Amino acid sequence: MKVRSLTITGGRLVLPGGVRPGGLRCVDGFITSVGDVAPQDGDEVVDARGALVAPGLVDYGTFAIDKPAFHFGGITRAALMPDQSPPLDHPARVRFAAQSGKPDFWVHPLAAASVGLAGEQMAELALMRDAGARGVATGRRWIADSGAMLRLLQYAAMLDMVVVAHAEDGGLAGNAVATDGDIATRLGLPSAPAEAEALAIARDIALAGLAGARLHFRQVTTRAGLALVRDAKARGLAVTAGVTPAHFMLSDLATKDFRTFARLSPPLRSEADRQAVIAGIGDGTIDVIASGHDPRGAEDKRLPFADAAPGMAGAETLLPCVLTLVRDGVIGLERAFDLLARMPAQLLGVPAGELRVGAEADVALIDPEKPWIVDSGRMAAAAGNTPFDRQPVQGRVLALWKGGVRAAS
Amino acid sequence: MTIELPHRARYPAGALAFPHRGLLGIAQLQTHEILFLLDEAEQWVALNRRPAKHSDQLAGLTIINAFFENSTRTLLSFEIAGKRLGADVVNMHAAQSSVKKGETLIDTAMTLNAMRADAIVIRHGSSGAVRLIADRVACPVLNAGDGQHEHPTQALLDALALRHALREAGRASSDGMVNGLVVTICGDIRHSRVARSNILCLQALGAVVRVCAPPALMPAEITQMGVEVFHHFDAALDGAEVVMMLRLQNERMDGQFIPSPREYRHLYGLTPERLARAAPGALVMHPGPMNRGVEIDSTVADLAGRSLITAQVEMGVAIRMACLEVLTRRARQVEGWA
Repeated sequence: MKVRSLTITGGRLVLPGGVRPGGLRCVDGFITSVGDVAPQDGDEVVDARGALVAPGLVDYGTFAIDKPAFHFGGITRAALMPDQSPPLDHPARVRFAAQSGKPDFWVHPLAAASVGLAGEQMAELALMRDAGARGVATGRRWIADSGAMLRLLQYAAMLDMVVVAHAEDGGLAGNAVATDGDIATRLGLPSAPAEAEALAIARDIALAGLAGARLHFRQVTTRAGLALVRDAKARGLAVTAGVTPAHFMLSDLATKDFRTFARLSPPLRSEADRQAVIAGIGDGTIDVIASGHDPRGAEDKRLPFADAAPGMAGAETLLPCVLTLVRDGVIGLERAFDLLARMPAQLLGVPAGELRVGAEADVALIDPEKPWIVDSGRMAAAAGNTPFDRQPVQGRVLALWKGGVRAAS
Repeated sequence: MTIELPHRARYPAGALAFPHRGLLGIAQLQTHEILFLLDEAEQWVALNRRPAKHSDQLAGLTIINAFFENSTRTLLSFEIAGKRLGADVVNMHAAQSSVKKGETLIDTAMTLNAMRADAIVIRHGSSGAVRLIADRVACPVLNAGDGQHEHPTQALLDALALRHALREAGRASSDGMVNGLVVTICGDIRHSRVARSNILCLQALGAVVRVCAPPALMPAEITQMGVEVFHHFDAALDGAEVVMMLRLQNERMDGQFIPSPREYRHLYGLTPERLARAAPGALVMHPGPMNRGVEIDSTVADLAGRSLITAQVEMGVAIRMACLEVLTRRARQVEGWA
């Protein structure tokens, strides 16, 4: 397919080294020049009028392919968790998922680590890799058997696949839907100590060290868990960490009215842990911020808290939530897009996530100040289960290109 | 038509005395609202002790008891309460049908609402479930126990039973408060909605509440509810004027929490010897059902003058009558409440 060349002028480029005025030109779906650009005859010319010109976001760890929501949120690629129905534990399903968003949205499936995500029998990782899987994930569960986890890490290391782990010790977490604390006790919700996360992280780091594997914790949400990741990085281990905005925007206070939109996995933590997550983002312990996008309708959410499915529709609020960290001075703009695009693209091993010559022309035009109010009743997502309902936020995507083609939205 | 009662002068006029649509938990109540319900219940205690135990105040109203979890005593208590007030009472044993959760809970709520119930009493195994239903029906909803969250009428009936016992002992305070009374709640605090509601209710009435359980059965951060935490029963009993025993909620346990009932009795069973460590004349309470020989010995449970266990059951009917009568005042267009 012949793509009309695109020139964006008059913007503020978000580059790894900082933000500076300029534009870019894209030919045949790739970025061909960055900085001072001049449109050529026949180009589609877009005047950014001072808006941010940023890489399309790469969302590392979503539970659904929900194109309208992703496009609203400026997301051009997503790593799809294997927790599908049925799970992504078979090469054919991986191949299908990898094609499912094209052309204007690219899905990078993460292969299920075990058959049926049951944590027992290892799935066909090499076949799934060759069918398009860009990593291996344990899903929303912990692999309880340490021997099985070690063998998984060794095998994945041989295949050069990143292992994406869920950090909650299953024995401690049990059927908990909340974190031990005042709120869970008053509400009478089954709860588990926050230490369930650190226990799981400590074991998996030890095993990853043994195996020489690359290990990514999709969500690290506690002070103790972050300390372990920080330490592992200092020791030179190939360990990375992610988080979703829920855990730096909200604490367990958000569950106090039994609001199932705040029923998440792992559950919301204490205010002290929320502050630790913000610090972890600021000091570089956290590498990736993802949406964890998981739209759930009334049949999954209009239930008693403990019976409701975990998960939030997060694609639309990902960017504005991260921009609050910029406004609060926790991180700079360029680091925001490291967390949202460059690092996750690196984890996936795809030539995207930054505005450089030769990269795919996944580009978002963003007004970082534009105010709007999150409204669960009027979302682009397949369902409006956002814990940020009625919250005023800032930052909106004005236009989005995937491979140089304007994404429908 | 309402009976004029002397205590009415102590509360704000009309609906201001109890400005709630339903009764979801003790946490939503102010102290004077708790006292109001207790005072209102006194007339029903008196009525229930007469041979003709009938009032027609709720005649024509329909009360639905929707129990999504098995219950004998609470369901019976609410049923008797409704019937003694002249209402048409319908029991729905949802626990026995195959539809227990899922969207059906909301569907059930909408169904009950469409049947134009005048009050719905709900018990459900999940914390917060009653509130979920209450938000979707037009009539008052009474929480008869939701998961491990709250069981407000149990706490109110316990307070009423306590008040009557203190009155008989000549220790009742005229303002209805129990300031400084030391109450020890011992048992499976973690899985108990009775404990949570009682902590809130007793504290609102001025009591000093102690909780006692092995660590695994103690909820995290329970001290933030203002209670004193004990793991050793003897220490928890020292100076206790009321001992409230709870059973082990085996059906809510996820894993093993105690080695055996025998060992539990060894550490936490209320025996006559243990009771002797409490304050002289200490009162014994249990919300039932009891496991005699586990958390409480029969000799203690049946101790005349000390055990309030049957009084608790009696007060339960009166408290539930009070709650139903007060919460339907608006629908009945009682003056000042409509």
